[in-house]
Amino acid sequence: MKARVVVTLKSGILDPQGKAIEGALKSLGVEGVASVRQGKVFDVELAGADAGAAKAQLQTACEKLLANTVIENYQIDV
Amino acid sequence: MKAAVVVFPGSNREGDMARALKQATGRRPSMLWHADHELPAGTDLVVLPGGFSYGDYLRCGAIAGRAAIMDAVRAHAARGGLVLGVCNGFQILCESGLLPGVLMRNANLRFVCRMQHLKVERNDTAFTRHYAKGQIIEVCIAHGEGNYEADDATIERLEGEGLVAFRYCDSAGNVGGEANPNGSRNDIAGIYSEKRNVLGLMPHPENLIDPLVGGTDGRALFESLASAA
Repeated sequence: MKARVVVTLKSGILDPQGKAIEGALKSLGVEGVASVRQGKVFDVELAGADAGAAKAQLQTACEKLLANTVIENYQIDV
Repeated sequence: MKAAVVVFPGSNREGDMARALKQATGRRPSMLWHADHELPAGTDLVVLPGGFSYGDYLRCGAIAGRAAIMDAVRAHAARGGLVLGVCNGFQILCESGLLPGVLMRNANLRFVCRMQHLKVERNDTAFTRHYAKGQIIEVCIAHGEGNYEADDATIERLEGEGLVAFRYCDSAGNVGGEANPNGSRNDIAGIYSEKRNVLGLMPHPENLIDPLVGGTDGRALFESLASAA
């Protein structure tokens, strides 16, 4: 089973990398960019076939390692 | 004082750290590997040195913070044992849950490598008793992710309970503005755990122990530790 985990910075946390990317897009003339926040995507292959169990496993993975919940949120798509 | 230095894949300041500890305590620290499960019997102080453990993959200190040896370090800290984390070691302490908050990318997005003044916030801890309270010291910094961040409640608690160990300042002791190299909240350069037996800081006191390299302001930290146990 394939799953995708998306980790993003919580709102209110300053994201200097996102800001730099935002500035670069504007300087390239890409129009209409209001703001950019940078995050991470993890594509995970799971051995089992049960979606509920997979989600629970990935939640553990996020809490233990993939996200630092002080500053980051995560979203799991199985 | 029996000290142990933990080496992770990608650590690179363990040699400097061992030298500083040897100079102050008179004995060579034991060097532990990240995959070890135990500290040597009678260990008083565990040190997590600087470097780029696991290549800073995922987040700085994230993977090292979950290494096998860290369970032993957590147990040592829970018993009241001393733990020091410098630079990447500070990042590892935050990721492992031994200290609150997180070290984010420097606000100006640059790796900073320079001399830096710090204010010693208190001198009644095992790490700072050989300094004076409010003393301005000059050590070096070398990091890309030293921007200390925590939620408002945590910052308030750190300030209220006197858990800020060092603050960035200029040579006259003024904090804020240009003196803050990385955008760190409240100019925080280092913090203590609740019982003040765990210290994490971004600057490198272990590199300022010999007049040959331009200063010895880091020495008192190791002399404090040497006299602590």
